[in-house]
Amino acid sequence: MIRFLLRKLLVIVPTFIGISIVAFGFVRILPGDPVMLMAGERGLTAERHAELLAQFGFDRPIWVQYLDFVARIFQGDIGSSLVTKKPVLQEFAVLFPATLELALCAILLAALIGIPLGVLAAAKRGSWFDQLSMGVALTGYSMPIFWWGLLLIIFFSGTLGWTPVSGRISLMYYFPDSTGFMLIDSLLSGQKGAFASALHHLILPSIVLATIPMAVLARQTRSAMLEVLSEDYVRTARAKGLNPWRVVSLHAFRNALIPIVTTLGLQIGGLLTGAILTETIFSWPGIGKWMVDSISRRDYPVVQGGLMMIAIIVMAVNLIVDMLYALINPRIRHR
Amino acid sequence: MSEMISSPRERSPRLQRLHDFAVGFSTNRGAMIGLIVMVIFVVVAIFAPWIAPYPPAQQFRDAFLVPPAWQEGGRVAFLLGTDAVGRDMLSRLIHGTRYSLYVGSLVICIAMTGGVVIGMIAGYVGGWVDTLIMRVMDVILAFPSLLLALVLVAILGPGLTNAMIAIAIVLQPHFARLTRAAVMSEKGKEYVTAVRVGGAKPLRLMFLTILPNCLSPLVVQATLSFSTAILDAAALGFLGMGAQPPTPEWGTMLAEAREFILRAWWVVTFPGLAILVTVLSINLIGDGLRDTLDPKLRKG
Repeated sequence: MIRFLLRKLLVIVPTFIGISIVAFGFVRILPGDPVMLMAGERGLTAERHAELLAQFGFDRPIWVQYLDFVARIFQGDIGSSLVTKKPVLQEFAVLFPATLELALCAILLAALIGIPLGVLAAAKRGSWFDQLSMGVALTGYSMPIFWWGLLLIIFFSGTLGWTPVSGRISLMYYFPDSTGFMLIDSLLSGQKGAFASALHHLILPSIVLATIPMAVLARQTRSAMLEVLSEDYVRTARAKGLNPWRVVSLHAFRNALIPIVTTLGLQIGGLLTGAILTETIFSWPGIGKWMVDSISRRDYPVVQGGLMMIAIIVMAVNLIVDMLYALINPRIRHR
Repeated sequence: MSEMISSPRERSPRLQRLHDFAVGFSTNRGAMIGLIVMVIFVVVAIFAPWIAPYPPAQQFRDAFLVPPAWQEGGRVAFLLGTDAVGRDMLSRLIHGTRYSLYVGSLVICIAMTGGVVIGMIAGYVGGWVDTLIMRVMDVILAFPSLLLALVLVAILGPGLTNAMIAIAIVLQPHFARLTRAAVMSEKGKEYVTAVRVGGAKPLRLMFLTILPNCLSPLVVQATLSFSTAILDAAALGFLGMGAQPPTPEWGTMLAEAREFILRAWWVVTFPGLAILVTVLSINLIGDGLRDTLDPKLRKG
């Protein structure tokens, strides 16, 4: 297991270097130098420009600047926002829990609906239920989620008036941020109705973000189950006269879990892509919306730092998934 | 006389495979529905200026946010209603078909050509070239695709062309990986050795001998990427980074319609529905292609 882990870590090093080059190079490819970008529309005199270039070290050779950039990453300094002047890492830390809360709820929803749907569809292969659920899954998989979110707002917030349109909690409630997770914080605050309000705000964004992972999970679960259900030991179990549901849920499902868990893990990267759109639609104050806003505000240090942080998170999650995968399937780690 | 007509059994193997494929594909109901819808969309796209009742940018000053014809206040002249500046929704949607299909096909051409060449080199040459190429692909895949596309568009400048370039770059590693894997499994096979011994040059070996035998997974990937490209281009348009107003691109139309969602459902509903139907039918075709082209799944 340790050797497996070391090998995985070894592959990560070049990827990390690549990511840092992309993030570093991104600001350099832009027309104009970083000082001109910071000065924005105001403009600078030539002397002041040269002075600032020297002050920030932009006059040094490009590889020295890159090494300096990497060194500062390891000290936890990935620059400051041009707009708010706050360190990028600090902004990230404040906004990330909001995205994490949304993503966790979405993946939970996707797993709770998608996996049973796939299992049932496989067990009743060819039935109307199978066809209907796979039709729904393919539709979900093809869904432009930014439109889906708007439709849900029209129906549930507009017509029915059940859910709020945007934000994380009603403005009526105020309590300190202790965990960053609104559901937990609102419970801790002990204010009446705060938890319900937070939950209300979370419902629609979670459904929107869960749509694609749910569809992918349902489809993958079904095909993984179909593969397992055609195995000899399943036939044997059936021939012995075991209860068919017991065969499906115990014998087959347990062995179909590996591809299902892998699929679940692979959804994380897509979840962050989805978060960009979902957060924009629902004005959810997470890192997806933060990135979109920073790109349109041309706040390049934030884009640069955010890009790095997000890529590192995706990489870390993939590593964890690989490890889990190796844990449940010994064949992987001994290869 | 009977020698003139060849029985189906004597067809060349290539023709026979094509026949098998056509039979397999046409018995897949979903795939056929997808194909029919797609053909309709292609026809609509080609003949858009003749089919659409009005030019996409024509404004009717007396008809702002007119609801669809069947609703109260609707007019027969504007079947699907008008948007906030009095443009006919139906005409804009019909013209939008052009953009989506254009984006999808061009992105796939760029991504597939790039990916296949890169993957072919990595798989065929091997060694440090392979390692270097695949690590670069890993880096591209480490970023969420839409985010990377957004950042690329920020560098290149917003617009449909740049959005397409960005999406093609983001989608290209999938083709590179697939090609590499297929090439690595094919290159040791006997027919390749035979052609090599026959004196074929590497380029000929790569693209004329090996590539045709790796096509099945690539075709399936191309179909699935086609729908991803359309979705991503629409998403970029929605975020204001893709096609710019007044282009009748569906995602851009949605972005313009956002502020009216609670007042005029039709300006939001129809462009999204058009995206969904297009992507859904392409995915149906993709599923059908995968089921018929992948021998492992065929019997299942």
